[in-house]
Amino acid sequence: MTQLPLAKALNAGLRRAMEDDPKVLLMGEDIGRLGGVFRVTDGLLATFGENRVLDTPLAESGIVGTAIGLAIRGYRPVCEIQFDGFIWPGFDQITSHLAKLTNRLEGRERFPIVIRVPYGGHIGSIEHHSESPETYFAHTPGLRVVTPSTPNDGYWMIQQAIRSDDPVIFFEPKSRYWPKGEVDLETPSVGLHVSRVVRTGSDATLIGYGPMVSVLLAAAEIAAGEGRNLEVVDLRSLSPIDWDPVVASVEKTGRAVVAHEAPGFLGMGAEIAAGISERAFYSLEAPVLRVAGFDAPYPPAKLEKLYLPDADRVLDAVDRTLAY
Amino acid sequence: MASTDPTVRIIGDDGVIAPTEAAEPYLERAAALDEERLVGFLTDMVHTRAVDVEAANLQRQGHLALWAPSYGQEAAQIGSSRAARAQDAIFPAYREHGVALVRGVDPVDIVRMMRGVTHGGWDPAAHGNFRPYTLVIGSQTLHATGYAMGIRLDAPVSGDPERDEAVLVYFGDGATAQGDTNEAFVFAASYQTPQVFFLQNNHWAISVPVTRQSRTPLYKRASGFGMPGVQVDGNDVLAVFAVTGALLDDARAGRGPALIEALTYRIGAHTTADDPTKYRTDEELAEWTARDPLLRLRRHLEQRSVGAEVFERIDAEAADIASDLRRKVLAVQDPPRSLLFEHVYHEPHPLIAAEQAWLTDYEASYGESS
Repeated sequence: MTQLPLAKALNAGLRRAMEDDPKVLLMGEDIGRLGGVFRVTDGLLATFGENRVLDTPLAESGIVGTAIGLAIRGYRPVCEIQFDGFIWPGFDQITSHLAKLTNRLEGRERFPIVIRVPYGGHIGSIEHHSESPETYFAHTPGLRVVTPSTPNDGYWMIQQAIRSDDPVIFFEPKSRYWPKGEVDLETPSVGLHVSRVVRTGSDATLIGYGPMVSVLLAAAEIAAGEGRNLEVVDLRSLSPIDWDPVVASVEKTGRAVVAHEAPGFLGMGAEIAAGISERAFYSLEAPVLRVAGFDAPYPPAKLEKLYLPDADRVLDAVDRTLAY
Repeated sequence: MASTDPTVRIIGDDGVIAPTEAAEPYLERAAALDEERLVGFLTDMVHTRAVDVEAANLQRQGHLALWAPSYGQEAAQIGSSRAARAQDAIFPAYREHGVALVRGVDPVDIVRMMRGVTHGGWDPAAHGNFRPYTLVIGSQTLHATGYAMGIRLDAPVSGDPERDEAVLVYFGDGATAQGDTNEAFVFAASYQTPQVFFLQNNHWAISVPVTRQSRTPLYKRASGFGMPGVQVDGNDVLAVFAVTGALLDDARAGRGPALIEALTYRIGAHTTADDPTKYRTDEELAEWTARDPLLRLRRHLEQRSVGAEVFERIDAEAADIASDLRRKVLAVQDPPRSLLFEHVYHEPHPLIAAEQAWLTDYEASYGESS
């Protein structure tokens, strides 16, 4: 066991994946000499050289499109998109080609590409630096979408994503890059597409992922002080969704609140709410409630606290579900 | 003004060898082509046209959803693909039927795609690393560039042109306006990839003339990206062959990427879904029809005393290929229903598995209720 922040755990995971497989290479803007704007790739250029760590021209479609060509050639590229809001120039290559090439080629070739995306708010930044675009990718057949919430998950999930023979969109909660957590460098974490109960309780189930998990845990802690015993599920994988732990929890508690930073309309919460109602209708004591970012563009940073769901807003939803 | 003509041309419309000044560096390569190879080129071109005409007819008769004709672009396609070496990878757009035939693709596999039976069509590994058609304009230029980056990462140049690999990527004048194409130029120049960008300027992007895509001759754009750009008469198969071969060999030898602009013309429609009479003049069409690349090469071969029996044999083979295609198309089966789910992912995926199981049960339930 060692104490690492998520950014360094990801760095260690990338380093290990590159040691394990010479076909793994990193590409992105400022990832080499600078080590990435969040330093996630810090030191990897020095270790592995510029044939394994490519500082690319500043063009996201170019990064993803050439990664596809490198995958055809047998490489396992890991692309860094510098910020969530800058992924859109690469969206066509991701959705029209990366997601569909396995299908187009009827399984004859593999496209083991990981696209790392720092995402979410809480960093007080300017426009395009705080978005949560996960739904667009989870909605696209052919992609896998995951997001770690802890340093330990970051260390193991990045390696699992790189080993996957399918393309993986890997969302990294940038608000969680720097708090330290325990990382077990020896014993692998659970599988890439496994959701997990991270706090047990019996009165209601809180469901979230990535940056929201720590908010849900904080909310559960406050609720415990008020005599309410809340269970928290970390989805970890947004596509596919591992339903069993979610359904088992809701069958136990009868109540569910799902939370994310992304806008609520047609967000992951909508899919979770629908999935629970289809699978656990007779266990529900109340409708599944959503706590989400507003359906407005991400605001200027001075308003982001108002925009982002916090523990109080989660607890407000808990009050409402318990009042049914 | 012939002395200032920037276009590489070796044979004129009349079939007579009359090289432009720009052709000078490529004449030796063209001269090395013996009569047998030239007859081979004509054979490829005539066969390509026969497939193209037959496929367009099949579409008109309701057997295909769509067809994108290659009619008129045969010299550009055959000259360039015959210049590629066996070890080279080729990334097409979606009109490169001649290139497909050269790399051993059965025309029925192209037609299966246009019939709605498959999105892919053929296995690149079994067809000279001829990649699948790409319908999003310009996308394949980036895939080609990434692949070429991989060649360079794999191993240094050996110096043996029979071994060193290069990449040939096709796109059209419309694609030059796309961001992806320009990003591919940037990446290729930056990483000095072993590749040739082969631009077939057929003058029309559906209904929009090339003058809307560019105010400057397209080959001139290359210099802004830091690579050589060569304009070639795309209806002159000798010139296309010589220029493409030279630039591919430069690329494989480590001298970086290059752009070729082949001036040609889409005699047919963009696809069977459009009507070219709405946007272009009869005069323009007649002018280019008179410059037919097949006629030009045939005239040249006639001047070299190739006998009529050779042309008759080629035409007879072409007719056989066309009827063979028709016969095969009519026998194409619909894809198995499992294709819907089978290759969405390589690794198990619970949602796909659940939906597949649901569909099976749902369809089985029809039988039970009756």
